[in-house]
Amino acid sequence: MKKSARLMIVLTVIAIISGAVLSFMNIFAEPRIQAHKQAQLERSIGIVLPGTVQYETEMIDGTTFYIGSDANGQATGVAFKAVGNGFQSKLEILVGTDLAFSQILAITFLAQAETPGLGTKIESDPTNRDDTAWFTTQFQQLTISRDISYIKNQAPTQPGEIQAITGATISSKSVVDILNQAIQANREIFLNREA
Amino acid sequence: MAKEKTSLATEFTKGFWKENPVLRMLLGLCPTLAVTNAAINGLSMGLAVIFTLVCSSTIISLVRNLIPREVRIPSFIIVIATFVTIVDLTLAALFPDISKALGPYVPLIVVNCIILGRQEAFASKNPVHRAIIDALGMSLGFTITLTVLGAIRELLGSGMIFSVQIMPTSFDPWMVMILPPGAFLTLGLMIGVANWINARKGKTA
Repeated sequence: MKKSARLMIVLTVIAIISGAVLSFMNIFAEPRIQAHKQAQLERSIGIVLPGTVQYETEMIDGTTFYIGSDANGQATGVAFKAVGNGFQSKLEILVGTDLAFSQILAITFLAQAETPGLGTKIESDPTNRDDTAWFTTQFQQLTISRDISYIKNQAPTQPGEIQAITGATISSKSVVDILNQAIQANREIFLNREA
Repeated sequence: MAKEKTSLATEFTKGFWKENPVLRMLLGLCPTLAVTNAAINGLSMGLAVIFTLVCSSTIISLVRNLIPREVRIPSFIIVIATFVTIVDLTLAALFPDISKALGPYVPLIVVNCIILGRQEAFASKNPVHRAIIDALGMSLGFTITLTVLGAIRELLGSGMIFSVQIMPTSFDPWMVMILPPGAFLTLGLMIGVANWINARKGKTA
């Protein structure tokens, strides 16, 4: 009886100390982690809506849109998140389009953890010395009046087409599918907003 | 008390070769195989393990006489998990890029058997200064091994070491080296070489 009481007391004390240490740690870390996330989002909005100096966050039908404007107060476009499954990880893409949803301005990845060396080329391809971000660059000024499609092993021939990454077809296809789905859904929401 | 006679220097260096956790004792192979697709990832994982192991060994060694035998394993795990969470939060707060690269493998240090193994085999039975020396030696051995493994795989798989181009541009990277099979092949060969060297040593001695 005495023994079991001691076991319980020791474990409880250890757990309480551990919990206290971790709560203090969290007070220190949480605001910084949030600040990094916010900074990353702001950086990303600057990438996908070129020329943006400030942006407004607008919730429409439960979807968050970031509407950017340049130094003269002119609208630079609208950005939103597109999220879905890649080959082995969740892909979080920030997409910037013009206000009419006729073309993509640029895309950038907020999060991805695809196969190192293959799938990660969707974000950065060290084997391409001219442009390590050649895959995302392809989406700049890409028309979205129809669904985006992809082609393998050759340069795109049609409007709205991009070249898939050799050895990472599934990751490339996932990006295209996620974008198509998000653009279609958000186009409807955004263009039908009360204005 | 025979153990006390081992010099602190021996206690420190045994982790590098004689009792190298990866190459000789085959412990902690999961993070070893998973994160070593580049030298920098191996090194960061090693540094995280150094911190966790040294802190955990210190605490466990300090309270070794207070913890009843029956609950020692849960006690070790709570202490280890606390330090791992501290590392994880610190990386996320101060070094978001490294935190992103290591992904889920930082939280998984909790179940790294090197750390639990050192608590059970050493820290819970030795005074604190020996426990710290032992933890430092073991985790440094782990770090060096992971960095070398990562460097070999990065060199053959991407032609680079620490993201610096080493191979001539005509070199066609062996993609397999940065994928999981490359980890098994390289680690297998490294263990093989370590055994071969030891076998030769044994003959000449």
